[in-house]
Amino acid sequence: MRKKELRLVITFHTTADAMAMEKACKEYRVPGRIIPVPRAISAGCGLAWCAELSDREEIAAMMERAGIKEEEMHECMV
Amino acid sequence: MIYMDNAATTMHKPQAVIDAVVRAMSSMGNAGRGANEASLSASRVIYDTRDKLCRFFGAEDPRQIVFTNNSTESLNIAVKGLLDPGDHVITTMLEHNSVLRPLYEMEKRGVKLTIIESNKEGIFSLKEMEEAILPETKMIICTNGSNLTGNYIDIEKVGEMAHTHGLLFVVDASQTAGVFPIDVQRMHIDVLCFTGHKGLLGPQGVGGMYVKKGLSVRPLKSGGSGVQTYSRTHPEEMPTALEAGTLNGHGIAGLGAAIDYINEVGMDTIREKEQGFMRKFYEGVKDIPGIKIYGDFTTFDRCAIVTLNIGDYDSSEVSDELLTEYGISTRPGGHCAPLMHKALGTVEQGAVRFSFSHYNTEEEVDTAIRAVRELALD
Repeated sequence: MRKKELRLVITFHTTADAMAMEKACKEYRVPGRIIPVPRAISAGCGLAWCAELSDREEIAAMMERAGIKEEEMHECMV
Repeated sequence: MIYMDNAATTMHKPQAVIDAVVRAMSSMGNAGRGANEASLSASRVIYDTRDKLCRFFGAEDPRQIVFTNNSTESLNIAVKGLLDPGDHVITTMLEHNSVLRPLYEMEKRGVKLTIIESNKEGIFSLKEMEEAILPETKMIICTNGSNLTGNYIDIEKVGEMAHTHGLLFVVDASQTAGVFPIDVQRMHIDVLCFTGHKGLLGPQGVGGMYVKKGLSVRPLKSGGSGVQTYSRTHPEEMPTALEAGTLNGHGIAGLGAAIDYINEVGMDTIREKEQGFMRKFYEGVKDIPGIKIYGDFTTFDRCAIVTLNIGDYDSSEVSDELLTEYGISTRPGGHCAPLMHKALGTVEQGAVRFSFSHYNTEEEVDTAIRAVRELALD
C-alpha cells in the first residue's frame, strides 16, 4: 500500500456538496481530488475532498467564495 | 477504467437501451395525457414495457406492474402501504436500508418488527424465520440477494413458507432482477420490488413493482393520473393507483429495450458469465495471505459479488488504491446494509466490494486478482 501522508481531508453534509466542491475546485484551479471518506473520520459511506495541507487557506477562501460549506475539515494521514 | 461496481449500478448498458432512450426523447409526449400521436407513442411504449416485465416475472396481468423510480420507492410503497399499527412483520439481517428504514419508521407507528439474525457467513435460518411467526404476523419481507456478501436467498422456499402461513411475501429483488429467474406466481410473491438500472441493464431513475392481483396497497402519492379528473380522490385502479404523476417514459423505453436484450442474449448466459468472473476472482484471491472474504462461497448460486478486506487496512484506502494505481472501480465502506456489517464484524473497517457484469473480461479479472495480490503482499 502507498505510504500515507498528512493531508487535508474535507467532509461534507451531502454528496451534492462534495460534487459542488469538485466543480468549484476545477473552476478555480485548486488542486486536490475526491476520495472515499477514510475510516479514521467516519465508518459510513461518503465522499471527501483530499488536498495538500499547504493549500488549506486557499481552499477555505475559495469555498467561501463559492458558497460551499464543509461538514468538517480534518488533518489526517491518508 | 475497469468497472467492478455493478452491484451499485451496471455502467455498461446495451447500445439498444441507449438508442431507445434517445429515440424516446425525441418522440415521446406524456403518456395518458391526451390522444395526440406523441402522447399515444409514450403510452404504447410504456404499456409495451409493462407487458414485457409482466412476462419476464411471470405475473398474471401487465396492469399489476407498477413503475416507480427505483427499488427504494417500491419498497416504501409496499411497507407503508400494507402494514398497519398492531401488525407484525418479519425481515432479516441481510437487508438494505431501503427495507430497514421504512420498517423502522413503521415500528415507530406501532408495527412490531422481528429481524432474523444471520451467522458470520451471512446466512439466516428459514426455521428460525418460521418460528418467529406470531398470530398478528402480516408480512415477511426479505431480499433475494445480499448486496454486501452476494449470498442468494432461495425465495421460493421463503415464499412457500409464507404462503403456508397465509402471510404476505414482499421481495427486494434489487440485486437479482434481470440475472436470476423470478416467477412471482410460482414463488408465492405478493409484491416484488425491483430497480431498472442494475441487473436489468436499464437507465437509472426507473424501477418498479409487481403487486398481486386483488391486493390493495395504500399509495404513497396522489395527484395527476390523466383519468377521473373531477374525482377528489386518486383512482384506485391498478396500475394508476400507485403511479401518480408523469412517469419516466424515456427511462421506461430504455428498460423495455433492456428486457429485449436480456431475452435475446439469455438470462442464463448473462448470469453464468458474470458468475464465472466472480468465481475466477474468488479462486484467484482467496488464498492470498491477509485476505478475508465475506459470504457463502460453498454454492454456485450466488450473486456476482466478492466482498473482502486486506488485513486491517481501511476499506476506503484499499478501494482508493485500486482506483488510482490499477484503474479498478470498486465500492468501499458501509454498503447501506448496517445489520449485515454487524453480523460480519465489518462495521468499523467497512469492506471492499467487487461486483461483476457479463461485460467484464477475463483480462480485467486477471488485473483485479494481481492488484489484490500486490496490495496484500505490499
